[in-house]
Amino acid sequence: MAYKIIASQCTACGACEFECPSAAIAMKRETYIIDATKCTECEGSFDKPQCASVCPVPKTCVPA
Amino acid sequence: MANLITLESLAAPASAADMRAKLENGGCSSGSCGSSGGPADMAPEIWEKVKDHPCYSEEAHHYFARMHVAVAPACNIQCNYCNRKYDCANESRPGVVSERLTPEQAVRKVVAVANTVPQLSVLGIAGPGDACYDWRKTRATFEEVAKRIPDIKLCLSTNGLALPDYIDEIAALNIDHVTVTINMIDPEIGTRIYPWVFFRNKRWTGLDASKILHERQMESLDLLAARRILIKVNSVMIPGINDEHLIEVSRVVKAKGAFLHNVMPLISDPAHGTQFGLTGQRGPTAMELKALQDKLGDGAKLMRHCRQCRADAVGLLGEDRGQEFTMDKLPEEVEFDPARREAYRAVVAESRGEHATTKAAAGATLAAIETAPTVLVAVATKGGGRINQHFGHASEFQVFEVSPAGITLIGHRKVENYCQGGWGEDATLDGLIAALEGVSNVLCARIGTCPKDTLAAAGITASDAHAYDWIEAGIAAWYAATYRTEIRLTA
Repeated sequence: MAYKIIASQCTACGACEFECPSAAIAMKRETYIIDATKCTECEGSFDKPQCASVCPVPKTCVPA
Repeated sequence: MANLITLESLAAPASAADMRAKLENGGCSSGSCGSSGGPADMAPEIWEKVKDHPCYSEEAHHYFARMHVAVAPACNIQCNYCNRKYDCANESRPGVVSERLTPEQAVRKVVAVANTVPQLSVLGIAGPGDACYDWRKTRATFEEVAKRIPDIKLCLSTNGLALPDYIDEIAALNIDHVTVTINMIDPEIGTRIYPWVFFRNKRWTGLDASKILHERQMESLDLLAARRILIKVNSVMIPGINDEHLIEVSRVVKAKGAFLHNVMPLISDPAHGTQFGLTGQRGPTAMELKALQDKLGDGAKLMRHCRQCRADAVGLLGEDRGQEFTMDKLPEEVEFDPARREAYRAVVAESRGEHATTKAAAGATLAAIETAPTVLVAVATKGGGRINQHFGHASEFQVFEVSPAGITLIGHRKVENYCQGGWGEDATLDGLIAALEGVSNVLCARIGTCPKDTLAAAGITASDAHAYDWIEAGIAAWYAATYRTEIRLTA
């Protein structure tokens, strides 16, 4: 139960980082990564995963 | 190089006399960003706020520089003219940056630039995302810069969706200029521009997205106006989608207190990977843009000198010295040194006085000509308000509309440098003539016989007789010589 970011497509805008209710997303080198152990897919917080909803690049923030 | 004051000259002790000399030789390579308003046609309290702002005052853009720092990459909406993957292609190609900065790095860069470029008067945050959505980084940058450089003006650019949430903090930071990009006031039209917005933890699409955006934009205008923060509205002109609609947009935003409405052409190219680029949506031609701006002209203060600069631009409008100030070129520690800035401001104050006198005299010359046509004149300038650039070195021309009623800057036309030394110049000259569509005369510091003849064959006269004159003085002298003679001949 987690999302992942496809690094080659990530623009590193960081919108996902501050929308994440679980503090599961952080910058690592040139891109953002999701810590699968912290990601809840926003269950209990929001209807849809915030990272995927705000991501500007289609099919870049997806279920792992 | 189109620097008002070069880096070299600043390496040596810069005297006021040096600065004055540089000013006469040019400095601003800008052609189109800001209002042509001056004390005569602007309320005194607004003039006080914009007089040193190169984007908001056409007159100031000859003397003052801005810089943008790209600290806010995150955005909360998607526009069809912007591709976040390759950076936004439109609106000052404002999303376009070569390096993103943390707020700490940005502060270091601003201080280094302020020490080197005494013209710097404005710090803007214009993305590459949305400065209000990515608010924590915007705020951190502004707070620290204001502490270090108390006289710098702060401004930000936003789509307005998140602005109402931070209005009190914006006011507390003394941000006195805010630009809101508004492309529609009819959400139906918005559906063709905005595929989605992210608001209150949800992605909205279709008509809902545009309704939310529209409501928040109108709320933003009301909140800014209530706090007496200067509002500029940017619109991207998209032929067939919102071009005619922008007349209504203009009316509404001005009624809500925007002091400037800046209509910019859509920049659309398949290579930018934007939705509009891919669907073949074209941008307007220079004359289409002018026709729309003319329709908005009554009572609208238009920014005819807007250059659609990058989100990390540094320098006078029309020039970009960003590459001189990349992070790897900056020292670890920089201390702000106000000495050069103060000297430069004294020189500018003097020069502006002379410029104002010249403009008034030019107006009187024109008013004395009773019947004469309205024509467009293109000027090659490196800034400082003078005709001081070689025809072949110009990468853009400032275009002025001239009639007995006066001289008005109506825009700038970007061109390929004609003089590149070598082959292919004829092809470039063809492009240049196309870019000068509608222009009758070109004034520049120098022009060779060959390009002059080619221009003449295309019906455009060109002259370097007014080299290094103030722009208005040169235009008035040319106009009077041309049309007074005509009247004498026909009389």
